[in-house]
Amino acid sequence: MTATTHGRPLVAARGVTRILPAAVPVTLVHDIDLEVTGGEAVAVTGPSGSGKSSLLYLLGLLDRPTRGRVEVDGRDTASLSSDDLARLRLERLGFVFQFHFLLPEFSALDNLLIPMRRLARLDEDAMRARAEDLLDSLGLLSLKDKRPDQLSGGEAQRVAIARALANDPAVLLTDEPTGNLDSRNSAAVFDIFQRLARDEGRAVVVVTHDLALAARADRRVELVDGTIVSDSRQG
Amino acid sequence: MPLVLRIALTHLRARTRQTLVSLLGVATGVGFSIAMAALMQGSQLDFINKIIDATPHITVKDEFRHPDEQPAARRFPDAAVAIVGAKPTEELRGIKGARRKLAILEDQPDLAVSPVLRGQVVIRYFGKDEAAAIAGIEPDRHRRVSQLAGDIREGRLDDLHAAANGLIVGDGLARKLGAKLGDTVTVSSPVGVVFKMKIVALFHTGVISLDEGEVYALLKKVQVLQDRQNVINRLYVKTGDVYGAFARARDIEARFGYLAESWDEANQDILEALQVRNVIMYTVVAAILLVAGMGIFNVVSTITFEKLRDIAILKSMGFSERDIRWIFVLQGLIAGTAGSILGWGLGFGLCRIMEGIEFKVRFATEMTQLPLYYSPWHYLIATVFAVTAAALAAFFPARRAARVDPVEIIRGAA
Repeated sequence: MTATTHGRPLVAARGVTRILPAAVPVTLVHDIDLEVTGGEAVAVTGPSGSGKSSLLYLLGLLDRPTRGRVEVDGRDTASLSSDDLARLRLERLGFVFQFHFLLPEFSALDNLLIPMRRLARLDEDAMRARAEDLLDSLGLLSLKDKRPDQLSGGEAQRVAIARALANDPAVLLTDEPTGNLDSRNSAAVFDIFQRLARDEGRAVVVVTHDLALAARADRRVELVDGTIVSDSRQG
Repeated sequence: MPLVLRIALTHLRARTRQTLVSLLGVATGVGFSIAMAALMQGSQLDFINKIIDATPHITVKDEFRHPDEQPAARRFPDAAVAIVGAKPTEELRGIKGARRKLAILEDQPDLAVSPVLRGQVVIRYFGKDEAAAIAGIEPDRHRRVSQLAGDIREGRLDDLHAAANGLIVGDGLARKLGAKLGDTVTVSSPVGVVFKMKIVALFHTGVISLDEGEVYALLKKVQVLQDRQNVINRLYVKTGDVYGAFARARDIEARFGYLAESWDEANQDILEALQVRNVIMYTVVAAILLVAGMGIFNVVSTITFEKLRDIAILKSMGFSERDIRWIFVLQGLIAGTAGSILGWGLGFGLCRIMEGIEFKVRFATEMTQLPLYYSPWHYLIATVFAVTAAALAAFFPARRAARVDPVEIIRGAA
């Protein structure tokens, strides 16, 4: 990512509503308008069941809105096929979840190489060099050959962040990324997100319950019952 | 190595025991399939070769495929014709113009022809009577259409010329009579002619009906014995193309009018039985491979179930449904291919073991071995079947895995 993405809308929800079809339909999010620009770290907060994660999955093209549209890098995704959406996720989006979801049979390095090999934008040597750089930047290079079950929770989550960055995505979407970490590791992870936004011009969306961490974000969006009730810039 | 293949291999390696069990299932199916195919085709070819060696490729007989119609029925084909009290003239049996027909056939470079007069006789030796079919032959011509010369164990075919009334007898018949080479037997024909004939050779074909029921003498002698001078009632034909004998026989029949029967038409019932046996064999093999396929289905299903989180995260990373489907179909293909390769070794080993088994069939005089036929086609067919079954078995769980909604899995894990 370069500074040219700073201030550019990288992901946006325009009038997005998601209703789960059921005998009694469930509205997950309602009429959401949200735009996240490059260089911005946005914290999404709200009580449990307020639709934070649902909004994240919609922004991350893992789910499709019932109404409205999601734009990635200014491109409307409504008419894209599932293969096109997968391609867009591969190229432009990175995810970090509450659980690291690392592939258990693969080493830390291989976990990073998998999305890179799928995209195949670089040759093998360049992919390895980039993966090692990413691990190094997160203080994990010495653990590159370890499998997930040989890593601590904080280490595994940092590997998951490195993996999310493997293909140099414009947008990083994180769902309770510090939920399983102690306060020291949580702060360290949040520092990484801020750096990724401010220094590298990425759009970072962090869904969190942790109001202390949310307070450190550039912007805070609060959801209640699937609707944005406040959207404010911070310090 | 392609990424999906790398992931598929890693999944299989992580479940070594389950993978090995499914590989062994496929290997067993493929191995037994190869061994059974080698045995079945070996015995079939052995049997067919025996038929081909022991009988002419085509036999032209003094018979007609369809009985002659009455002139009145021919004249009024659509009428209801009743013929009362007709007395068909007693036609002299035998192929009319046999020498001319023989010359016509011998003019064709890929055909060898032997004129034969066949009839029934009773052979008496030391108070024992045995019925037999006698064939009057010309040895020089007959050796070109028949394996008789090669089947002779004692004496020679040409010894028919050496003795005044020479007779070649199957060793089974000689045993039943208690006669041996050089003995003189009494041969009586249905027309009452009796010859003293000397056994000048003994043959053994391995086909009991021939070894115990056939004798050979010079054509001229048999014509006298049967009181049918200059008559020939069979033309034995050997063709260059054994498997083209049926079409050739039809051509000959169309030309001469006499029934011309190829070896495969004459043994149609046996060949049909062999085909039924093949169907049964392939059904059993298919069942074995189906069970092996179910083993693969089980493994791939288990892996997809255990890997739901991985599938969700791969999709969130940008893997398409097609990628996910391939990862799991490849696991089936790998199990099918690796199992097949193991099965080749097992199949070949089984064939070698069966080849070494010697046993004695009831009534047979010598030890016999299982006839096996080695063909790369057996390996190829079993592999194609096993790999297809494995791919199909993996496809359904793979399709289910590809359709997994990552949001549901990620929510469930959270």
